[in-house]
Amino acid sequence: MEIQQLKAVASQVRRDIVRMVSGVNSGHPGGSLGCADFLTVLYFNQMKHNPDHFSMDGKNEDLFFLSNGHISPVWYSVLARAGYFPIEELGTFRKLNARLQGHPSVDKKVPGVRMASGSLGQGLSNGIGAALTKKLNGDSTLVYTLHGDGELQEGQIWEAAMYAAANKVDNIIATIDLNGRQIDGDTEDVLSLGNLGAKWQAFGWEVLEMDGHNIEEMIAVLNKAKAMTGKGKPIVIIMKTEMGQGVDYMMGSHKWHGVAPNAEQLQVALNQLEETLGDY
Amino acid sequence: MKQFEILGNKDTRSGFGEGLLEAGQKNPNVVGLCADLIGSLKMDAFKNAFPERFFQVGIAEANMIGLAAGMTIGGKIPFTGTFANFSTGRVYDQIRQSVAYSQKNVKICASHAGLTLGEDGATHQILEDIGMMRMLPNMTVIVPADFNQTKQATMAIADHVGPVYLRFGRPVVPIFVKPDANFVIGKADLLIEGTDVTIIACGHLVWKSIEAAQQLAEKGISAEVINMHTIKPLDEKAILDSVRKTKCVVTAEEHMMNGGLGEAVSQVLARQFPAPQEYVAVNDTFGESGKPEELMVKYGLDTINIVEAAQKAIQRKS
Repeated sequence: MEIQQLKAVASQVRRDIVRMVSGVNSGHPGGSLGCADFLTVLYFNQMKHNPDHFSMDGKNEDLFFLSNGHISPVWYSVLARAGYFPIEELGTFRKLNARLQGHPSVDKKVPGVRMASGSLGQGLSNGIGAALTKKLNGDSTLVYTLHGDGELQEGQIWEAAMYAAANKVDNIIATIDLNGRQIDGDTEDVLSLGNLGAKWQAFGWEVLEMDGHNIEEMIAVLNKAKAMTGKGKPIVIIMKTEMGQGVDYMMGSHKWHGVAPNAEQLQVALNQLEETLGDY
Repeated sequence: MKQFEILGNKDTRSGFGEGLLEAGQKNPNVVGLCADLIGSLKMDAFKNAFPERFFQVGIAEANMIGLAAGMTIGGKIPFTGTFANFSTGRVYDQIRQSVAYSQKNVKICASHAGLTLGEDGATHQILEDIGMMRMLPNMTVIVPADFNQTKQATMAIADHVGPVYLRFGRPVVPIFVKPDANFVIGKADLLIEGTDVTIIACGHLVWKSIEAAQQLAEKGISAEVINMHTIKPLDEKAILDSVRKTKCVVTAEEHMMNGGLGEAVSQVLARQFPAPQEYVAVNDTFGESGKPEELMVKYGLDTINIVEAAQKAIQRKS
């Protein structure tokens, strides 16, 4: 998909996000908006996948694991817009008897979701496991994961990072959503992540960086990452984003991490986001 | 009364090791993961036979469970191996989210469970693991009784689709299950028929229950003995059929009274056939260092404790 079309999808995804969380007065708009461009590029430009015939095993398809499950709104929107399930279903988000749980679940059988997430720090292990199985199966497709920066405070992430490098798991591309914010404030104040790039390098990973709101740059970096797979090292992309990107009053603060806009605030947000593909 | 021949003496963990090797020979999708305890878990044979299907993950149990869950995507059947404490309490949330809630076909194989781990002491002697695992939706919980049954159970869970917790141990104990016995998940083994009291046991306490039944017989008491190797799903029919006949029950397990086999049996009886029940289990305390057999005596998990519990249960019948 071309740049202009990707931008159009991302704008619609952002409208979906704010409408979803406002519709149930709960959910996590900040990080969702911040990752709208990335997930749009991943699903509409990068990944080899099969939205029409979702299979849990995902053989010969690229796989994606959302480790920071609280940004489910952006993932659900991208999955629906990519054709995994009807866009009307986005209106059921977080409601009783819905498949679209607050955090992604497998037992509700959401097409596109292969692992529950929500309790943080587990998705890198899951992705590496799936990557190991791809190697055993002689399957040359890739595994992508996405993590919050605050999530890197969980120890399991570093267990997984150590494992992947030591065992040359070189068919995985992990991305860190570096927005510098978490529920209680800036990551710098809550628990500083220090020099992230140096940490991942010291753990034996290839480290790339990109601007998570520059679609051209993301395509170039993701293509570069793909070209670096199969060379004995796992790859991580540190992606700089702005929490709440696209809605002016949500940007520049952690306060919209997990708060939904009311009806009036929703209207202000929607006025800033072009309806490109039609609301659900 | 039916007599049981001792076919040999071995540790149940070795039954796991042999079973894993055979499961691996039978099914190329079986893979093994271990957190730096290959020798203790007897996973060497599998590792040597299938080096490309074996994954040493180091001392990182949370990552091991997460890897195993991910490996199921694409059709692998991961068997994780470490001590029972590090297989459950240490990684409860990883099992809960990535395995049980995500319905992944992971087999969590746990050795050195309970007091019979011995000298290492309470930090390693988990007595809560059955409780934690049976509380998880989608989880099957199996506690086999001897070497042969552990081997049979290991092979059975490879064919079963869904998360399983398989608990076994370190000490050398008598083998009494026939090597060609058919292990069926969720189907209890009625070992000895009796009329005065039902003894329901799992794991190392099954052989002690057989011994107790023999001692009770010498006192003129007819005890029925059931090997409840599957704690979840629980064979309710086996419990009810027996207790309707004997009108009282003793449960015996190397586990905390809270959350264990006894509590599971109580739930069935309370709802369907209330009857006096005595518990042979650890009563809300941690263990300590000592020889396995010394600890079983000190914490009341020995044959004599089952005998006394049976007599008490019989007395309580109105």
